[in-house]
Amino acid sequence: MAEITEALKNIIKPENIVSQKSSVLTNQTMHYCPGCSHGVIHKIIAEVINEMEIQEDTIGVAPVGCSVFAYNYIDIDWQEAAHGRAPALGTAINRLNPDKFVFTYQGDGDLAAIGTAETLHAVNRGENMVMVFVNNGIYGMTGGQMAPTTMQGQVTATTPYGRNIDLHGYPLKITEMLAQLPGACYVTRQSVETPAAVRKTKKAIRKAFENTKKKQGTSFVEVVSTCNSGWKMSPEASNNWMRDNMFPFYPIGDIKDGEKVNANDLPNVGK
Amino acid sequence: MGELKLMKGNEVIAEAAIRCGCDGYFGYPITPQSEVMETLMNNRPWETTGMVVLQAESETASVNMLYGGAATGKRVMTSSSSPGISLMTEGLSYLAGAELPCLILNVQRGGPGLGTIQPSQADYFQCVKGGGHGDYKLIVLAPSSVQEMHDFVELGFDLAFKYRNPAMILSDGAIGQMMEKVELAPQKARWTDEEIQEISGSWATTGKTKDRKQNVVTSLELDSEQMEQNNLKFQAKYQEIQKNEVRYEAIDCEDADYIFVAYGSSARICQKSMQIAREKGYKVGILRPITLFPFPTEQIAALADKVKGFLTVELNAGQMVEDVRLSVNGKKPVEHFGRMGGIIPSPSEVVTALEQKVIGG
Ligand SMILES: Cc1ncc(C[n+]2csc(CCOP(=O)(O)OP(=O)(O)O)c2C)c(N)n1
Ligand code: SF4
Ligand SMILES: [Mg+2]
Repeated sequence: MAEITEALKNIIKPENIVSQKSSVLTNQTMHYCPGCSHGVIHKIIAEVINEMEIQEDTIGVAPVGCSVFAYNYIDIDWQEAAHGRAPALGTAINRLNPDKFVFTYQGDGDLAAIGTAETLHAVNRGENMVMVFVNNGIYGMTGGQMAPTTMQGQVTATTPYGRNIDLHGYPLKITEMLAQLPGACYVTRQSVETPAAVRKTKKAIRKAFENTKKKQGTSFVEVVSTCNSGWKMSPEASNNWMRDNMFPFYPIGDIKDGEKVNANDLPNVGK
Repeated sequence: MGELKLMKGNEVIAEAAIRCGCDGYFGYPITPQSEVMETLMNNRPWETTGMVVLQAESETASVNMLYGGAATGKRVMTSSSSPGISLMTEGLSYLAGAELPCLILNVQRGGPGLGTIQPSQADYFQCVKGGGHGDYKLIVLAPSSVQEMHDFVELGFDLAFKYRNPAMILSDGAIGQMMEKVELAPQKARWTDEEIQEISGSWATTGKTKDRKQNVVTSLELDSEQMEQNNLKFQAKYQEIQKNEVRYEAIDCEDADYIFVAYGSSARICQKSMQIAREKGYKVGILRPITLFPFPTEQIAALADKVKGFLTVELNAGQMVEDVRLSVNGKKPVEHFGRMGGIIPSPSEVVTALEQKVIGG
């Protein structure tokens, strides 16, 4: 035993650390189901905040959804919004405190159903903030009902025979829609089901926060995610299902990467 | 004597907001109060005091912008009229639940539904009793002149921050649209970051510095025991407000046999009605609540011991009358007279109602 401790001491040295919990993550045990994507995405955001050394200047806006308690895990100042209204809160925080880093963290029900208007107009105004959109194709928190992003044929609590487009409408590609708006500088879709995907998502979120620093407008990062409880699948089966069914419809990659539209490039009838 | 001007009630709100050092206004146009944002945009305070003025995409958005701004310790306000306030009630409940100080102006128009753009006082229940879900209260101020529209902006902010509670100015289309002489307050500076830290640093989301724990602004509490405690704390606060902040005007109540209870534009009409009634030989006084929450319950109860009866005059089907009855507690008759749909009663109509419903009754 003593020998093992000695051996461990030789290994546990700062220069040997390849991965450790970010100091911006709290020590609170997460309430998420095993396999849920939310925890990984929190961890990425905390790491980015830590690496950019912006903990003192970042204000998060939590949604109503499974991630309503995001404030228990990322150790920054937070505001908890009404369902769907996070972008309106973010707008005011940003306008009144232009030197802060503001981000919203929202699910598909929050961002793409009840809060569609707030989402669209915040992006259209080019609010200088980051929006993280966790698309798990379902309402996780309320027990697995249909979301705007639920796939055709997907069984949920409110589509027990599968989503029927005639009955329930089309799955909404809101990210593609938002990429059309002049206020968005960066719109990307990522995932977190493999270490490689996690690294890419981290790069995307880092870029989004860097854009905020440069006051580029709205950066929007969708993360195609799993909700194994809502989907009623094991974590592994969920990852496979997401890969097979969601990625073809919600393809991973950047949709827009540049700048918000320059006002001088638009007709100006006041001149 | 400060600067004197002839101004519309709605315009003066904008002027008073800038002058008292308001940090941000978020709103959505609706008659009869659109002049508030128009005046702000015309004055461009972002170039002078640094005040932010933003036209939101809806009242739902503007009230949530209020939440975002108030939660950073800034002094923020919005304005709207009845249908817009309906849309805001979700947000008002969240603001009260998160104990966020801010100011909301409601220039009431007639409902229900799209109703009319003419003056009304039919949002009394909605604004004074809560409107949104849950046990909460707004601090509600009822101006009856353009001067009070001006004065209640700063008073509203002061009370909101004193109690960490949203405050509302409950006005109506008549007060919002009418022009009167007003004495404007001198320009005050907006709060500095240091002042915000001092006033709201213990709870506001100003950025988590190394020396303190994170600040989280939320109305959520899933532990029932704790949620009950939160509610008890709110109720204690509301009692404190009731104890300290009742404001009212008593006009000629000393010798009165009959009392008009009226606020806002109705109180203006009652002044003329009182004159007519006194000429007819009826000793009439007016009790004008200036704060609707807290309501002048004790003052009305005290009058109930001396007078013969009360007539509440409201531009609605009878809302505040319930609070007057609760205050009088059966001691004397309390009747209601009101017109609806945007009709403003004539002073003599009110006197006739007094004769028929209270004196003759
Ligand atoms: C006004 C309002 N309507 C409905 C709800 C109930 N509700 C809470 S979370 C939620 C959906 C959450 O789904 P999503 O945004 O996709 O988040 P997830 O839990 O999947 O991460 C709903 C409908 C609510 N809290 N407020
Ligand atoms: S219900 Fe779904 S979204 Fe919610 S914690 Fe569980 S897996 Fe995650
Ligand atoms: Mg979801």
